[in-house]
This record gives sequence, structure tokens and C-alpha cells, in this order.
Amino acid sequence: MGVKIKSMKYEDFEDNETLELFKQSGGNILFTTLDGIINWGRSNSIWPLTFATSCCGIEMMATGAARHDFARFGIEVYRASPRQADVIVVAGTIVPKMAPVLKRLYDQMPDPKYVIAMGACAVSGGPFVNSYHIVKGVDKIIPVDVYVPGCPPRPEALLYGVMQLQRKIKLESAFNKKKDK
Amino acid sequence: MAEEIIIKEADEQEISINMGPQHPSTHGVLRLVLSLKGEIVNKVEPHCGYIHRGIEKMTESMTYQQIIHLTDRLDYLSAHINNGAVCLAVEKALEVEVSERVKVIRTIMDELNRIASHQLWWCSFGMDLGGLTCFFYGLRDREKILDIFEETTGSRLIQSYYCPGGLMADLHPNFQTKVKEFIKYFRKILPEYDELLSGNIIMMERAIGMGLLTKEQAISYGVTGPSGRGSGFSCDVRKHHPYHAYDKVKFNEVLRTEGDTYARYMVRMDEMRESMNIIEQLIDNIPEGDYVAKMKPVIKLPEGEYYQRVEAARGEFGVYIISKGEKNPYRMKLRSPNFSNLSSLDLMARGNKIADLVAIGGSLDYVIPDIDR
Amino acid sequence: MTNQELKDNLQRIEPTATIEEGKQYLNVTVSPEKWHNLATQLKENKELAFDYLFNLTGVDYGDNLGVVYHLESTTHHHVVVVKVATNRENPEIPTICDIWRTAEFHEREAFDFFGIKFTNHPDLRRIFLDEDWKGFPLRKDYDPSVNPTY
Repeated sequence: MGVKIKSMKYEDFEDNETLELFKQSGGNILFTTLDGIINWGRSNSIWPLTFATSCCGIEMMATGAARHDFARFGIEVYRASPRQADVIVVAGTIVPKMAPVLKRLYDQMPDPKYVIAMGACAVSGGPFVNSYHIVKGVDKIIPVDVYVPGCPPRPEALLYGVMQLQRKIKLESAFNKKKDK
Repeated sequence: MAEEIIIKEADEQEISINMGPQHPSTHGVLRLVLSLKGEIVNKVEPHCGYIHRGIEKMTESMTYQQIIHLTDRLDYLSAHINNGAVCLAVEKALEVEVSERVKVIRTIMDELNRIASHQLWWCSFGMDLGGLTCFFYGLRDREKILDIFEETTGSRLIQSYYCPGGLMADLHPNFQTKVKEFIKYFRKILPEYDELLSGNIIMMERAIGMGLLTKEQAISYGVTGPSGRGSGFSCDVRKHHPYHAYDKVKFNEVLRTEGDTYARYMVRMDEMRESMNIIEQLIDNIPEGDYVAKMKPVIKLPEGEYYQRVEAARGEFGVYIISKGEKNPYRMKLRSPNFSNLSSLDLMARGNKIADLVAIGGSLDYVIPDIDR
Repeated sequence: MTNQELKDNLQRIEPTATIEEGKQYLNVTVSPEKWHNLATQLKENKELAFDYLFNLTGVDYGDNLGVVYHLESTTHHHVVVVKVATNRENPEIPTICDIWRTAEFHEREAFDFFGIKFTNHPDLRRIFLDEDWKGFPLRKDYDPSVNPTY
């Protein structure tokens, strides 16, 4: 079960640790196929948490609506409770008053969990980077897997980000676990 | 006999519950601390500031053209209208006369924005009450307006299309045909919305008689926009202090007197129809002319104070600029409609159940980044 | 009422206030001690009937702090602007949230950003920033380094 997403070249995916682990885990053929099946299942049914702070939240809602439906990518339903969610799409600005809440939500999510930073504000502070009350990028609080730039990013951009996350999940191995973040 | 006493004692306990900041129904990051007795709400205390980005302080070190990009992101669902407030304030201060073409285009864009905002309100209101179909219907039709915006301005949600002196770019040649098509389409769709939600017995049970706000309370709490007009407070800035091309069009100010959730709901549905009437009156006769007036590259407002009011989709948005003759404002205050509307939530929610609180909050239609600025 | 009639009326009600014609609206400057009295008169007087407070702004004038109130009458449709100034070391202004309920939240905002204390306010605490935030951000002499940045 190889990686078959066309848009980004395999060589450009710069996470060396994961790639090395993938190469190492080419051992027992039964485990590799099982890995493939498990990862295929996991990457095609990512369920996010309902979390949107500002404008990017509206584009996230538009991505879930009828025109750019993301249920066809496996994001079937939004879970209201962090205990039941796989991914948290941080859509919107994070400020110091909200940061502890975000950290607590992230800690409440069970492993394996992923984070997509959507929008310029979550990636690096965005248009408000010179303010006195801003967190310059959500990766100062929680580790981020995929960054989707834009202000706000188009729904197609968010879908591309989700596809990259799917690709990342497929590279994981259920039996040779990655180091905990 | 003994059992009765025990049940009574258990009922007397008042508990304090936290709703938010991460909650599917609070429409953003708002924390509500509820004091409950059983399921009846005794007190609602909103805690804001979870998206406070310090915009007012940032404006003191930015030029007026840069401030346009920040006001967009306040109430992002009325992005054009908020931009218009700053542009009008600057143009009035510098006594720059914009062309008729600019005024008419700004009016049409504002009204399209109002319809798009009310569509999003309708879909999230239905979703809060449990009717998920409304979510898909509303957003499907909103995409058509966003297509029109994208052709002319380049972006769907945050456009920054107005600038002091006029517009950033001229209209796309397809604009008129697309807008006329949209209006024809949407006039057929609005009765579908009514069939789905307005006449729905569940919605009417949950909305009629809930969240009462009298006219005096609305004026005292400063509740404007469709929420205030649902209580009979005639506060439409387009009628009382006209701007853009609103003095040339005929439209009704939609007023209702009941002051409950259902009245606020119906005001917004009727406002969508009025907006379409306004667009129809203007779309065929967009005058020719310049799309931007000649302005100096560095804008310095003369010393003094300027206040501009516009009717955003949620209420009266105001911009108060104190200028000392520099290229940055000395103090810029943004009067946000949602901040005043939120202060009436406590009054309206007392005595109702938690589920009704969600419906009342939905009918007030607040957007949190506008509250926190 | 026209601006001239308003000016005469207000001068009669509060002789110590300074009234001048601004570029847009009539500006009334009054001292903090007389403000609550004037505010009650503005609302209760049938000819003035200023029942809608549509804006409350805190301002840092440099040598002192102040608050600017924009009032409108929904029956007579006239607008007046009232300015109240107070000193920097111990800024205090009487609250008017018993007259116009919208001032409750707006005065909390002015306290949060400028540190202006409103006497007799039922619940004066910070509204946007954390309780342990040091300093008042919108003052001109605010030093951003006293609070941690991220």
C-alpha cells in the first residue's frame, strides 16, 4: 500500500525521521500489509473537533458544506468532545487568554492525534503579529503537523492540507511507533 | 411525606456551569458562566476576551489604508460594510467627493454582503436548533454570492475592496448579469427557507414568547440592528443618517413589536427581501465614471474628531477617529454592535431553559471577534 | 432641536459646562462631579430625551485621561457629545450605568484599557484581558515588556 497522492513529490516530504522508520520497518511482510490496511483506514476517517475562533472558521464551515464537501475525504462528522476527535483544525487567531484552553483541549484528545494550523494567524500570527495580545503561531503551544497558509485559505487549500495529513498518516507504522511528541 | 421533602431540597441547589469557550453553539470563543437551578437559567455572565487581538492599539501605528485590512477582520461577515465606515470617515474629513458610480457600487456590494451574512445566520440558527438541513441549504446559496465577490474582488470572505476615495478595482464585466441571475434564483429559494424553518412547529414552539426584550430595554441596552428592530426600536442607520446611495432608493425598515426570538428571526428573513429590492432598483443603472477619486498617497486627516455610523448586518457599527494631523489616528474607537447586543443576553435568558438560551443567542446573531476587537 | 437651542438648554441646566460647536456634533465638556447630575437631566428632560447612548470611548489625552459619550434621542433625533476628563494618577468618574444600561459593559472596557475607575459601578473588573494583566494597554505610556509575549 504505497503512497499515491500526486500533488507533492515523495522526495519533497521532508520528515526524515518518519522516512527512515518507514524504510526500517520493511521487515515482516505480514506486518507491512497490516500496517498499510490500518493506516488506510485511519487516514480516510479523520474526525475533527469543532474548534474555530475567527474568520477561518467560516471557510472551514464552507469546506464542509455542499460545494467543497469534505465528507468525501473521510471527515464525516465533527465531534463536539475532544475525547472523541482525531484532529484539531486550529482555524483562527490564538491569543494568550485562549492559549491555556487550547492546550487543555489538545491534552484531552487521545493518541494518535494531529493538528492542522489553518490560516495565517495560526501559522505565525498573521495580520496581528504586531499586537500586544497575540500568540505568534500556534506551534508555540502545541506541535503542528500541517500548515495551511492563507487569509483565509480557500476551501481547496484546506482540502490540500487534509490530503497532506492523510499522506503523513499513511507513513506511520502501527507496530514501530513514532517517538511520542 | 418524607420523600417530598427530600425532592424539594435537591431542587433548591443552584449550580454554576461553564459553557465554552470551545462549544458548538456559542458561535465562536465566548465563555458563558451560567447559574442554573435545575434546567432554568438564573444568570448568564459572559466572559469575553478569548479573541481580543488589540486592534484599537494597532490602529494607532498604522496608516488609514492599512486600517481597512483590519476592520475587515472584525465582523468578517459584514466585511464590506465595516470597510465602508472607515472610508466614509476619511472621505468626509478630507472633503473628497466620490463619484456616483462608486456610491452605487458600494451600496450594491453592501446589500449583497447583508444577504450573505443573513444566509449564514439562517444556516447556523437552524443547526443550533437541530435542523442540519438548514446548514447545507444556506451555505449552498451563499456560495453563489461568494462567486460574484470573487470575480470582482478576488477573494471570498475578506475582500478589502473599498479604499479611501473609492474602490480598489473596477467591476468585472459579468457583474450585472450574475447579480440579476442570483436575485431571480434567490427569490424562488426564500419560500423554501420559510417552508423548512419559519413555519416549522418545533421552531415556533422554541421561539415564540422566548427571550423577550421590550423597546425601552432595547434602547437602554443599545441593542440595534435586526435584534433591536424585532423589539420595535427603529434604529436603521440607512434611514436616519443615509450614506452611499441609500437616499436614492425606496425600501422599508422592517419593524416588529413582539420582541421575542421569532420576531428577530422574521425581521432578518424580511430584510433579505428588502435587500433584494434595493439591489434591483440599482443594478440596471450603474452610472459611468471613475472608480476611484484622486487621493494623495499619504493620507493625513486634519486635526479634529470624526464619527461615522453605518448599518452593519448586525447593528450599528461606528468609527470614531481622533486625529492630530498625523498619518496615523491618535485614537480610533470601533463601536461594535455585537458588544452592546451581548449585554442584553443576561436579561433575555433569565427564567428560560438552557436549550432556549442557545436559541436566543442564535437569534441575537453575535460574531465574537467583533465583540473582542 | 437645533444645535443652538440645545446649547441654550444645556447651558441653563448646567452652567459650569463648556459647550462648543464641533465639526459634526455639539460638544459639551463637564467635570466629573457634575456629570451624573447632568446625565440624569439629559435623560429625564422631555425636550432633550437622550435615551440612546451609542458610544462610550476612553481617551488618553496626554496629560490626563477622559471619556467621550455620544448620546442620541430616539424621539427628537438630535445628538450631543459629552466629554469628561480626569487626572492620570487617580482617575475616577461617576458611573452612569443606572441611567443607560449599555454603559455597564462599556465602562468595564474603559477600565480595562485605561484604568479609569467608575465609582458605584456594580461590577468593575477587566473584561477582555486576564485578571493578572499588568498595566493598561491603550494608555500612551504603556510598556509592552511588562507582560510576557509569545
